Amino acid sequence: MSKQKSVKYKALTGGEAAAEAMRQINPDVFSAYPITPQTPIIQSFAQKVADGEVSTKFILVESEHSAMSVVVGAAASGVRAMTATSSQGLALMVEILPIASGLRLPIVMNLATRALSAPINIHNDHQDAMLARDLGWIQIFCENNQEVYDNNFLALCLAEEMSLPVMICQDGFITSHNTEKVEMISNSQVKRFIKKYQPKFSLLNLKKPITIGSLALPDYYFEIKKQVSEAMAKSGEKYLSFGQELNKITKRNYKYFEAYQTKNAKAVIVALGSTAGTIKFVVDKMRKDKKNVGLLKINLFRPFPYQEIKEILKKIPVVGVFDRTLGIGSYAPLAGEIKHCLNAKQIFQDFIYGLGGREIDPKDIEKTFENLLKIKKSGLETKYLGLRK
Amino acid sequence: MKKKIIKKQEILIGGTIDRPGSSRDYKTGFWKEQKPVWDNKKCIQCGLCVNYCPENCIPFKDEERKETDFDYCKGCGICAELCPVKAIKMNKEDKNE
Repeated sequence: MSKQKSVKYKALTGGEAAAEAMRQINPDVFSAYPITPQTPIIQSFAQKVADGEVSTKFILVESEHSAMSVVVGAAASGVRAMTATSSQGLALMVEILPIASGLRLPIVMNLATRALSAPINIHNDHQDAMLARDLGWIQIFCENNQEVYDNNFLALCLAEEMSLPVMICQDGFITSHNTEKVEMISNSQVKRFIKKYQPKFSLLNLKKPITIGSLALPDYYFEIKKQVSEAMAKSGEKYLSFGQELNKITKRNYKYFEAYQTKNAKAVIVALGSTAGTIKFVVDKMRKDKKNVGLLKINLFRPFPYQEIKEILKKIPVVGVFDRTLGIGSYAPLAGEIKHCLNAKQIFQDFIYGLGGREIDPKDIEKTFENLLKIKKSGLETKYLGLRK
Repeated sequence: MKKKIIKKQEILIGGTIDRPGSSRDYKTGFWKEQKPVWDNKKCIQCGLCVNYCPENCIPFKDEERKETDFDYCKGCGICAELCPVKAIKMNKEDKNE
């Protein structure tokens, strides 16, 4: 285990924060293939493996399809297995993603979100994460490096409790490559929090031989898939209860969402990821000018907490939704979910922004809030922020 | 043929199976639409049907072909097609049998 002395704070990029959490988790197997902007995760973790700070078996592979297959095999054998990827890498893993959830394997993946090709682009948006939103993976979105670090521990506990894979999404480059102050949890506290892993089934337990990946035809498939969705539905509550446990150590909150200045708000923007931080800055500024605006930052995207969001948004007259992904022939993913949480009287406007890393700055957000405060009826058309006219 | 179905509550997560040999319980015989009827008197014991049966469900014991195991026969008809003396005929399967 780690020879490092415990320090209270470290200056880490989001990628390093994920690697630092993995050092403390010390998974039995880590397999990944490098892709921008996931690179700082795998690079700094590889360093820790080489330095002997962890006893993890780092399995190098020739593609993400193989990386995901390796962690599926490792998890099926009853050990802790983790991976990390981005964009096209996740797209290549897609074949194996529902296998991981269908076999109920507690795999933890750090995803540095990035645009999907074509055109080829290495910068941030959420198209890759949204590609995997209906494949039985729990999805946690992080605003900053601290959340990336903390959520790794939560994700591991949640995955093992529910026997479901978890994806921790951080914004590529914006989070993964920017250095921030991260408050560390001591090695011993981490060890106590994540406990010793007791797999429900293990292929390597010779005393209890099992079959994994059995054929299930029309007479069984439906029931087995329903079990996945039932487990997913229950995992929300578990996220909160593990969050409460972690809160005792860190004093930070781990909730379905963060309602920032939503009290008495006339207009609220719902957003995912790092943009929430920028919106908070704008909300603070506008609140000083006596403009009642607020933010709802979604932390847990899968399972989606419909009831709780409905409750928190019910008194908000105007709701804007920020999606950093396209809705092609449909509402964008977050907009579609939030629409389910609103009543007929509430005004709803969806926005698409920041594709392929297009910057969104506080001025754009302030202007959007101003427009939302003036809006009289629900927008019939999706609005695009930062798109050239 | 009556099919045995495991209760919903007893299905293990991920479709995991915790005992060996369970495929024996999966009687694929109920798939068949046609059933091979074998005429022992015409049979010359060449063993072609035994070797070509994709389900391996035609027993051959003591130098002798035995009756097809209908629990697993899917009714593909390969045995009837191959039989050099036409000792096997495919009849419509009576599902209520």
